[in-house]
Parts: sequence; C-alpha cells; structure tokens
Amino acid sequence: MKILVPIKRVIDYNVKARVKADKSDVDLANVKMAMNPFCEIAIEEAIRLKEAGTATEVVAVTIGNKSSQEQLRTALALGADKAIHIETEEKLESLHVAKLLSKIVEQESPELVILGKQSIDSDNNQTGQMLAALTGRGQGTFASKVDVQSGTVNVTREVDGGLQTVALKLPAIVTTDLRLNEPRYASLPNIMKAKRKPLEVIAADSLGVDLAPRIQLVEVNEPEKRSAGIIVEDVATLVKKLKTEAKVI
Amino acid sequence: MKTLVIAEHDNGVLKPETHKTMTAAVKLGFDVDLLLAGENLAAMSEKAASIAGVSNLLVADDTAYAHQLAENVADLVLSLSDNYSHIVASATTTGKNFMPRVAALLDVAQISEIIDVIDADTFKRPIYAGNAIATVKSLDTKKVITVRASSFDVAAEQAPVSVSAIDSKGSSGLSEFVSQEQTESERPELTAAPVVISGGRGMQNGENFALLNGIADKLGAAIGASRAAVDAGFVPNDMQVGQTGKIVAPDLYIAVGISGAIQHLAGMKDSKVIVAINKDPDAPIFQVADYGLVADLFDVLPELENAL
Repeated sequence: MKILVPIKRVIDYNVKARVKADKSDVDLANVKMAMNPFCEIAIEEAIRLKEAGTATEVVAVTIGNKSSQEQLRTALALGADKAIHIETEEKLESLHVAKLLSKIVEQESPELVILGKQSIDSDNNQTGQMLAALTGRGQGTFASKVDVQSGTVNVTREVDGGLQTVALKLPAIVTTDLRLNEPRYASLPNIMKAKRKPLEVIAADSLGVDLAPRIQLVEVNEPEKRSAGIIVEDVATLVKKLKTEAKVI
Repeated sequence: MKTLVIAEHDNGVLKPETHKTMTAAVKLGFDVDLLLAGENLAAMSEKAASIAGVSNLLVADDTAYAHQLAENVADLVLSLSDNYSHIVASATTTGKNFMPRVAALLDVAQISEIIDVIDADTFKRPIYAGNAIATVKSLDTKKVITVRASSFDVAAEQAPVSVSAIDSKGSSGLSEFVSQEQTESERPELTAAPVVISGGRGMQNGENFALLNGIADKLGAAIGASRAAVDAGFVPNDMQVGQTGKIVAPDLYIAVGISGAIQHLAGMKDSKVIVAINKDPDAPIFQVADYGLVADLFDVLPELENAL
C-alpha cells in the first residue's frame, strides 16, 4: 500500500518566536527553520510501515516556497521514496492546505495519509481532520499506535483521560501524537542518496483550488508577561507563604 | 445570527469545559443553543438545560454518538448548521477531533483555541506555543470556533430551558469504536483541578513520580508532567501539560524538577500561583514562578508532604 505523508517547514522547535515591531506577524527573517516535529513522527511511522512490509511506497508532500524543498530532501533522506512540492509564495490556511492535499490524494490514491496533529507555528490542529472530510475518509487523530489490518487500520488515540482505539475503513487519514514513535536521524549516505530521489514540483495555482484568505490576521502581540516572584529559603517558608500570603492552600 | 455550542461530556457527566465554553459563546452576543450528543443522556439533560445562557437544549441520544466518533458527530452538527451563524466547541481532544471536519464540510475556516472574544467576527488566539497572541478576523459568513476553556469562567446556573430531541444521522460507516482505556485515577482531571503538581525530567524515572502522590492527596491535586518527562517514558502522554498536551490554569501550580521550556510554560502560565522547585537556580521556570525553591527535589518533596 502507498502512504502519503504531508509535512511542513516551520520555525525550529528550539527557537523562540519573536513578534515584529509593527505587530504585523511573527518575525521569521533569519530564523532557523526545520521540519515540524509532529511531521517527523509521521514520516517515521510511514517508514516503519514500509520496513515492516506493510507499505510499499512512501510519498512526502509539502506546500510552501522553494525553501521547503529542504524538508522534502530530509524526508527523502529518512526513507521516503519520492517527494512532491506544491509551490506557492502565499501564506495559506489549514483549509487551503487540506484542499490542495486532497488534489494530491486524488492524484496519488494513497491508502493511508499520515500527518502531524498540528504544526508548532499556527497551532491549528485542523489539516488532517479537514483532509479526511474533503476526501470522505475516516480519521484517526492524535495517534499513539497504528495497526494496519486487511481493509482497516486500528488507531489508538490519545484522548483526555486515557486512550481510545478506533477501527477505520481504509483508505483513511491518521494524525500523529508524540508517543507514536521516536523519529530516527538521517545518515550521511542516505542524505547523499536523497539528492537523487525524484522530487516533483507542482504550482499551487495549477490545482484549481480557491486560495483566497478566509481569516484576516489583524495583529500579533507579545503575550502578557508574568513577572518572577521571590525565592524562598526552605519548605517551611514556602508552605507559610502559600497559606498566609497567596492563600491557595 | 445564532450560536450552537456542542457540549463536552462522557455520557455520564458534563465536563466543566462545557460551562466555560458557554461563557465564551454568550460573549458572541447571540442566542445560544446547546447540543448534547451521546448515548443515555436523560440524567445529564437537566443539568445541561440549566447552564446559564442556553436558550434551547438539543439532545441527540443515539448509539452512533456514544463514543463521539468525529465522522458521526460532524455529520450531526452539519445537519443542524443551517440555523446557526456560529458553531462553537471546546478545544478538548473531542472538539479538536470533529470540529475541523465540520468546518471543511461547510467550506469555512476554523478559528482554533480562542482565548478571547473581541466581537462576533474577531478573536484572540495563541500561536507559536503561546509566544505570540494573534488577533484574527473571520471572513467567512459562518464561523467554526474552538475555545480554550481555561481562558473563560464557568457559566452560572439558570432555570432549566426546554429540551428538543434531535434525529440521529446514524453512523458514517467510516469508523468504528473498538475500545477505551480510561486512566484509573482517584484524582481530579488535570484541566479541572484547583491544584496541579507536575514533575519533569528532574524526577529521573517513572517510579519517582510516586513522590508526588502524598502531596497531591493532601492538596486534592491532579498530577501532571512536562513533555520531557513524557518523552523520556516516565509517564503517559495524557499527563502532559504544555503546548502539545493539556492547557491548565489552576489556583496553584507546583512545578517539580521542570526547567520551564517554552512549550511547558505555554500550558501552565495562566495559573494563579506558580511554585517552582528545581536545583538549578538558572532554570527559566523561576522567571514565571511566584515562589521558587532552589533545592534537590528528593530532599524537599518528603519535607513538603509532611509540612502540609
């Protein structure tokens, strides 16, 4: 079976986002970028399914400007067989992304699409669910275990207060949570090999999707700062302060 | 203009997220109907009808909704959507699951995890793990919104309103419930607890989390963890407090052996009082803590338990 893994280029996990002085957005100029952590988990899961003989082909796809090909090369180095770059300079919303991806699903007919549950920039947590809706497929979100059977996939989901397992009819959409797996690092020989793997470029506006904005970004502000309090010297002082000063115990 | 709120519950108990999401929905300025979708809802209906701000309670009681499968709930909400300008749910794992599906089926964008309502079209929401707050305006005629419940107060009570039964749309056939594993706990749920005590990588292993039990018992606290502790395999992910876990805002938050990574702060910095216990005086957690104790947690935790 074929697995499609949509990935996203985002600000590096370890970099603190700063708001631009004019409040128009977050400043991403000269900031280190990387593959979204949940997308790394999605790639890893797809590759493991291939290594287990369940999947035959892993296709990575991303939407963005030319630089996002860097993340596709990473996906190829990690073990994806081919990559698709949907090129656009526009800043797209989850609904646009899901619509563009649905076109790729039409083109590639994957039996399973595995995506990260959210990207760490916009923190929307929408794309996988929207793609499932647009393609009329079942969805297994926030997966901590993916078990492919014949004709179905059992997905164990991280839900509030525990775990829920659902059986989805294939083809289906899965979004990854943190504990699904631990992503590997790409080896140097594989990074070299990735340069020769196929990477197809498609212009976003050639896919017939209305990309007009649905959400206007009015402004972006720094969050309210919380100021540091005091250092207490021992447990007794701490308990006393919590009782008499903060009055929370 | 009218708002539909989808209630958060577990077929037995209405979750506090429902009451908080109602507060956000009322702020939109229109009449609010509350939809209760699940199975065997009779006992809960009266409570739901008594949440302040509810104009009509809609009850969809059917096996298809017993486990809140996203495909089925989305079809149900879609069938009701013609009557509403705003569709609102809390950003729990249930709301996050079915709401984007509703939005895509309606061909509208979703505004995720709002923390403030500016007007009927404009909202504030955190982005970049809470390192920035975006003010966004929806340009769609219909709005699909999820609410970060911890940012809103619990709605008061009212005399119960009328209840209408809603026809089931049945099962989509796309997904089926297999099993549910509830984390067994006598403790309150993380997102509802008045006190939360969380352990980080400094706890060193899963067994050491037992050191938090006695303190949690005495304070009636829920026990959480940082992502580092979850990634290290100490504790399950449903204990995770942070950007990628649960967002909490208790009266008292005690961070033990947690350095205070951005991603963790995003999940707890709205707590009323924050206590940090860490042996590293330079740990960033001290910059947000009201009370800091620079000490080895293995010395301090037993002492704290005795002192309470």
